[in-house]
Formats: sequence, C-alpha cells, structure tokens
Amino acid sequence: MDISKLHDKANEIRQDVIKMLVAAGSGHSAGSLGMADVFAALYFGGQLVLDPADPWREDRDRILVSSGHICPVWYAALAHAGYFPREELGSLRQINSRLQGHPHVRSLPGIENTSGPLGQGMSVAVGVALALRLKRPTLPRIPRVICITSDAELQEGQAWEAAMAASKYQLDNLTFITDRNYIQIDGFTEDIMPLEPLALKLGSFGFHVLSVDGHNIQEVLNALQFDLAIRRQPVWIIANTIPGKGVSFMEGMYEWHGKPPTKKGEAVGALAELKRLRTLGGRVTN
Amino acid sequence: MKHPIAGVAKATRDGYGEALVELGQSDPRVVVLSADLAESTRCLEFARQFPGRFIEVGVAEQNLAGIAAGMAMEGFTPFINSFAAFSPGRNWEQIRVSICYSNANVKIVGSHSGLSVGQDGATHQALEDIALMRVLPNLTVLVPADANQTRSAIFAAAGHPGPVYIRLTREETPVFIDRDAGFKIGKAQVVREGSDITIAACGPMVYEALLAADQLIRPGTNSTSPLSPISAEVINVSTIKPLDTETIVKSAKKTGRVVTVEDHQIAGGLGGAVAEALSALFPVPIKRLGVTDQFGQSGEKAELYRKHHLTVDDIVNAVREG
Repeated sequence: MDISKLHDKANEIRQDVIKMLVAAGSGHSAGSLGMADVFAALYFGGQLVLDPADPWREDRDRILVSSGHICPVWYAALAHAGYFPREELGSLRQINSRLQGHPHVRSLPGIENTSGPLGQGMSVAVGVALALRLKRPTLPRIPRVICITSDAELQEGQAWEAAMAASKYQLDNLTFITDRNYIQIDGFTEDIMPLEPLALKLGSFGFHVLSVDGHNIQEVLNALQFDLAIRRQPVWIIANTIPGKGVSFMEGMYEWHGKPPTKKGEAVGALAELKRLRTLGGRVTN
Repeated sequence: MKHPIAGVAKATRDGYGEALVELGQSDPRVVVLSADLAESTRCLEFARQFPGRFIEVGVAEQNLAGIAAGMAMEGFTPFINSFAAFSPGRNWEQIRVSICYSNANVKIVGSHSGLSVGQDGATHQALEDIALMRVLPNLTVLVPADANQTRSAIFAAAGHPGPVYIRLTREETPVFIDRDAGFKIGKAQVVREGSDITIAACGPMVYEALLAADQLIRPGTNSTSPLSPISAEVINVSTIKPLDTETIVKSAKKTGRVVTVEDHQIAGGLGGAVAEALSALFPVPIKRLGVTDQFGQSGEKAELYRKHHLTVDDIVNAVREG
C-alpha cells in the first residue's frame, strides 16, 4: 500500500474509533485516535509477517499492546485487516462481546496479550521475545515482537524491570513503541510525574532509541525497517503524537484521555472533520 | 490408618528442587525463572543442568510473573520462584491479570512460607499467601505436606493445564508420605482415621496434627481430672483449591467437629476455605488454628510456634477444650 493509501486507511480507522466509542458510551478517545497512524503502519505497511487468515501461525510477528486502554484503535485496525468482521466493532464494551473494554488475550484473532494495568504487557512482551529466541531451532526466522506502550505507562516500575531484562537478554527481536503524547488521566505527564529526558533514559537502559513523528507513516515505516539492522540490543521507538489527532476539539487535550465523544454534536462533528480530511474538503470523491 | 514414624527430615523446598531437575530431563517445555533467590528456592541444580532454560530476572517479582506469562503463551511451562512473601505479594496483580485472567500455564512456587521461616522475621514470613491465591479464579492452590508429596505435586502441577500455586517451606520437616503415592489435584487424604474430631491441616502442620492425634488417643489426666481418649481423624488438605469438600464433609458427618491447623493467618486460608465449605454443606463447630491476625517476628521456628500457639500441645489443647 502506498503512503497516501496508508494515511487513508488510518483515517478510516479513526472514523471507526469514533463510531465505536459513541456506541459504547465509554472508552479512551485521545490515545486511540493518536495512534491510528502507527497502527496503520504496523498492520498495512507490509513490514511485518501477519496473516489474518491464519492469525496464530507460529512464524508470525507478534504485535502486543501494553497500553490496553487504546484497544478501540487495535480492534479497528484488526478488523480492517481482516482478522474479524468490521460489523462486530459496534459491540465494544457490551456484555458478552469479544471486544472487551481492555484487551483479553485471544478473545479475538490478533489479540496477543491481556492489558489494561499498565506495565504488564511489557513484561509479557519480553517473555514472548525470549521464548521465540529459545524456539530458534524450530523456526525459519526469529519472529519480531512489537509492543505498544503509552508514555505515562513508563511511570510504572514494572516498565523498567521489563526494559532491564530486554537489555540483559539482548532481545533484538523486541521493539517497544511508546505513544509519546504527553498526556495522562490527571493532566500532562511532565506535570504529573515528569518522564523527560525520556530518550536518554531509554538509551541508558540499553536500547537503541529512535524518535519519530507518530503521524508520519513513512517515518514510522522507516524506523521499523531500520530496527532490523540493530543487532544484540532491543529498539525503542518514541512515536511523538498529538492526543486526539484528527479531531480538532480533542487534539492536545488531556481531558479526552478517558472519555468518548457524545452521540450528538461531538461524534457528528468528529466524523465530519475526519471525512473532510480524507476528501480534501469535498474536492475528491470516494 | 497407622502413620509411619518419620525418621527422615527433608524440606519441601528440597523435594521441589529435585523434582524440577527430573522435570527438566523429561519435559523440554519446562523453564525456570528466579528473582535472585535461585539457591534458597532450590532452582540452582536445574540452572546448572539446563542453563538455556533458566532465566534470572533479578529482584523483580512483577517482571518475573509477566515474563513467565509471555513464555507460557509461546508454549513453555514456566515455574516462577521466590519467597511466598514476595511472590505472590508484590506481584499479586500480575498473577491476577497476566496469569490467571489470561489463563497462562504458569506454575507459581512460593517458598519460605509461614512463621517457620524463622529469623528473617515478619517481612519474610508469608502468612497470607494461601488467602491471596485462593481468591483468584482459574488458579489451583497446592500445599504439599512433605518433601515426597512435594515431588508428586510438582509433577501433577506440570501436567495440569493452567496456572497453579504451590506453597513450600524452608525448614526440614518430617517425611511421612510415600514417595510413590502420587498426587491427585483436588483430593485430600485421610492420613489417620478417627471418630471424635476432624483435624484438617496443610503443609508440615499435617505431621504435627498426627503427633497431636497420637497424644489425644492416649488416656491421661490434667491437674484435676482424668482425660478420656479422643479419636482424631487427620486430613491432609493438600489441595486448598479446588477444595475436596466430599472428603471433608464425609469426615465432618462422622465426627461432628472440626479443627483446622495451618502456618498461616486464620482468616482466608485453609481454615477459611473449610469454614466456607462446611457452613454451606454441613455446618459443624469449627475451630481455626493458625496465626491470629498478627505479624510474625524473628525467632526460632519452635519459639515462634510456641508464641503463636501452633505447637502439638496447642493442637491437643484446642481439641480438648472443645
């Protein structure tokens, strides 16, 4: 898929995220919208070994999401990629739904881990990457493990336990991608519990650190490609994003971290903006 | 049923260490994780023989649980090891979410449980771990009574599809269970038949209960009057969850009275589980012996048991008091 189509795909994913959150009446808008471009890059960029028709094949690359609250964008990306029907997206957070409010491992094809409590998915990702290296003789190549984290998640001590272990075991098949949107529930990360200088911290823990514009799909893909060249150390991609990206009244506002748009007004406005983005203000027809 | 007088004392953790090596030889999926306590938890021999399958995460119990969950997802059978005060404890939430809610095939081994830890003191004496573990869905909770039963329990745990917690102890304790007895998850064992009272115990306390039963059956005198012999039935509740309610109810129907004994708080552990079950299925008077809502302290095991009323004499007195 070429870059403009990838951006179109991200836009479609954003629209579905809005619709899902409205239907659910609860959920996390800011991070979900902010990460749509990264998810489009991961699932549609052609870099990773993924097979929606055989979602658990042994040689697949594993995408884990440790910041489980952004599951709306994960579910939307998986549905668009063909892991399960798009019609099911409307059941987010409803009782008996496969689309749980925070991801439950294997509840759906493609959901590689359980998350919600921050930091936990990171240790799990280390375990998966380690296990894949132990299985080395039986696999044609060592599959990659990509683990999405939020930035505030790195306030959890467990995150650094995971980082230390990844470095100790030189897990070069492991890549963390942190959504650096500078917000969390109660405000801006640098007011709540400052993370800076983040890149220096990650580097000092033994990672090769790459910093990208999380909304520039080409940059994200370049980083994933460059990742392959880094041997004997894991890679950390800091994806700088705008929380709520794509919806003007949400962008940059931490208040939108944990709430959905309302059905009237907010959702309608959001969808209109996203559609307008895609069609260049009506000058291009779908 | 006559119980053997144990001539050998061996720690349950030693039974574990040996079983681990046997498992390592027979099952290539078994991996062992340590949080800087490989020697104390007896994982070192496995580490020596299978270095590629031993993962040392350092003093990081939350990471210990998470890494194991990830490895389990990829088809391994991880055993995670630390003192029961720290794992579970520090990593309870990780065990809850990454292991139990995710149904990860991780075996959690909590060593150095109970007051019997001794001189390290309260911070290292896990008195709440059975309670913490048995409230988690999907988790099986085993408390083997001696080193032989520990070996069998470990094999059973490895073969069980799903997360398991196994409680072990530091001190050498009498070996009284047959090495080849096998272990059935979910089955308690009547190690001594009796008719007047049921003593349900777990871990090394089972042997103490047998010693108490020996005393109770002998006629004796206290300071003022003769004491009639009491026939105590002793049950080894080696699986706390799922609890063998059938065996416990059958015994309660026979005796009409139950005493539980554990090196654990009286709230939420074996006593709690038995009380919950009997109150629903066959209410009888139950007395729970254990640590009475306190923390331990530094001391020798014998001294601590005296202080917290967990000696054989205390069990005898608790039964006689009615």
